[in-house]
Parts: sequence; structure tokens; C-alpha cells
Amino acid sequence: MSINATLIGQAIWFAIFIWITMKYVWPPLQKAMADRQSQIAEGLAAAERGKHEQELAAKRSADALREAKEKSADLVAQAEKRAQQIVEEAKGNAKVEADKVVAGAKAEIDQEVERAKQQLRERVAELAVAGAEKILRKEINASVHADMLVALKQDL
Amino acid sequence: MSAEGGLTTTGYIQHHLTNLAVCSDAAKDAAGHCHGFWTFHLDTLLISGILGLVVFGLMAKVASKASAGVPSGLQNFVEMVVGLVDQQVKDTFHGKSALVTPLAITIFVWVFVMNAMDLIPVDFLPLAAGAVGIHYLKAVPTTDPNLTFAMSITVFLISIFMGLKVKGFGHFMHEVFSVPFGAKLAPVNFLFRVVEEIARPISLSLRLFGNMYAGEMVFILIALLGIWQLPLALPWALFHILIITLQAFVFMMLTIVYMSMASESH
Repeated sequence: MSINATLIGQAIWFAIFIWITMKYVWPPLQKAMADRQSQIAEGLAAAERGKHEQELAAKRSADALREAKEKSADLVAQAEKRAQQIVEEAKGNAKVEADKVVAGAKAEIDQEVERAKQQLRERVAELAVAGAEKILRKEINASVHADMLVALKQDL
Repeated sequence: MSAEGGLTTTGYIQHHLTNLAVCSDAAKDAAGHCHGFWTFHLDTLLISGILGLVVFGLMAKVASKASAGVPSGLQNFVEMVVGLVDQQVKDTFHGKSALVTPLAITIFVWVFVMNAMDLIPVDFLPLAAGAVGIHYLKAVPTTDPNLTFAMSITVFLISIFMGLKVKGFGHFMHEVFSVPFGAKLAPVNFLFRVVEEIARPISLSLRLFGNMYAGEMVFILIALLGIWQLPLALPWALFHILIITLQAFVFMMLTIVYMSMASESH
């Protein structure tokens, strides 16, 4: 319980430990902690920047998407119009072609009819001549008609 | 326990409260006990020294490998303790000094581990020491007033030194003689100052010593209760954890306050 020279020894211990802490414990720890603090601050700032950039990018992508949609809608409308046009055109062409074919066919039929008529006409004439010949052969009499023949001979 | 080895209750308590002292043969009385100033309490010196070397050596090892990256478990713990102390210093001490934070860390950590010796059951270390022929051993260094006074006087000297360094000799002396009543009452001011300065280390050391000594005494008394010590020792130890931490914190905090007062003008 008495105060004695232990006090001097304890003061020396105390001084040694203060020195150790002052030289080997506190400065490196303080540096590590300060470094970490600045690293964390930087990290947080970077995260904030990243977030901001991400927002911007999202906006940009939304814009691009809208633009693309508008463009595609335009394209679809144009394509539809064009398809309509093509169909109309094709319809017109087909009609013209059909008319042409029909006209050709008609002309051919007409020609055929004409030719048939011609043939018919020739045959009728032959038949008429043949009929007339038969009639004439029956009616003819050389004596009767000698005068007429002689007259014909003289005309020649 | 009380009947063991033919010891009386008083003898048991006294045995537990006696330091392992060494001195020259001339300073010994007839019973072999040491008297006079040139006595060394080997148990206090060795236990506090070994505890300090272990804990500060460990901290220095951790600090030497400390990195700014993700801290490992032990580094994290050391940083937590050091950060807690540093926060108190930042809150209280507004001057610039490379000494105050390390001083506060040293006090908090060292006093804490020395106080924590109280949680080792009171008979363990004395019996172990007795088995190797050491008859007296007081396991808790902070129950030795020599240690607490050594610390508080060192703190006192550092605070005087810091006052002189920060304010300069002239300003320091001017403050000693003119605060709080003005230059006309210089002797009274000086007397006040002396009382104030002396009261600080005394209260600082006796507070720690008294608390730890009383706590240790309660542990010893509980140990005397035979089987009944079992339900009592645990609650007291749990409660004592609070006292251990609180006393370490108070010693550290008051040191910071004294440093702050020494370096700031009144």
C-alpha cells in the first residue's frame, strides 16, 4: 500500500508504451484510416458519377428507341403504300393483258369465220356450176343449138 | 478457501493484498517484509510490463501491416479502438499535437488490459505463483497506487510541458499568476493554481486505484463464501466489466481534458 520506487519503474514502462504507440502504432494506423477514408469518398463520388451517367444513357437510349419506332412506323406505312401501288399496277397490267388476249382470240375467230365463209362461197359456186352443167347437159341439143354455136364460132 | 493452509479470513485477505516486493536486506524487517522507498513491487512491474509489451507489440504489428484496403478482423478491431479514442481527442482537444492521441490510446488500452486482470478468478494466479515458490502475488497492477500515481504524475508533467510549449514561458507564468483574479492578487492566484494542478494527478490516480482496489476486494470477499461464490462471482464479474472499461475511459478522457486545458488559454 505504500508509495515506493515501483513508481519510478512504472513511469518508465508508461513512457516506453507511449513511445511505442507514438512511433509504431498511431501513425501507420492513422495513415491507413485516412487513406481508406479518401478511397471511400472517391468511391462514393465515382458511384454518384456513374449513376448520373447511367441516367443520361437511359435517357439517350429512350430517345433512340422512340426515334427508331417512329422511323419503323414510317417505313411500314411507306411499304404498305408501295404494296398497294404494286397490287394496283399488277391489276391494271393483268387487265390490259387479258384484253389483249381476248382481242387476239376474237380476231382469230373472225379470220376463221371469214375463211370458212370463203370456202363455203367457193363450194356454193362449184355446186351451182355443177348443177347448171347437169341441167344444161339435159337440155342441150346440138341440132337445136347449132345455129347459136355457129354464131359463136363466127364471133371467135 | 478460508480454512485452506491454516489461513484465517484476515490472513487470506491480507495475503491477497500484499505485493511481491523486493528490496535490499537492510530494508527488511524481522518478518522479511520490505519497508522504505527503495522497494520494488515485482508483480506490478512485471505484470503491467508484460501486458503492455504484449498488447502494444500486437498493435504495432497490426499497424505495421495496416493497409487502406478492406481491413482484416484484428486490424478492424484495433482501428475501432484507436478510432474511438481519436474521436474523443478530436471532440475535446482542439490544439495541434502529435502526442495527445498516442498518449490517450496508450492510457486507454493499457489501463483496460491491466484492469481486465481482475476478471481472472482471484486465486488462479496467486496459487499458480505459489506452486513455483512465489508467496505473494497481486495480479491486478492497477490496484497498486504506485502504478496509478506513476501514470497520473507522468500525465501531469506532460500537461505542464505542453502548457509551456504551446503558450511559451512568459505567457504560461502570466497565466499562473493572473488567473482567475487578476494580477493584483497574484499570490492567491498562484496558490489556487498550485492546488488545482496538484489535485489533478491525485484525483486521477486515486479514482482508478480506489475503484479497482474496491472491486478486487469484493472479488476476494466473494471467494470467501465457499460454494456461494459460484452464483455471486459471475454477476459481479459481469458488472465489473463495466467498471473496467469505464475507469479506463475516464482516465483517458480526463487526460485529454487536462491536455486540452493546458494548451488553451483561460
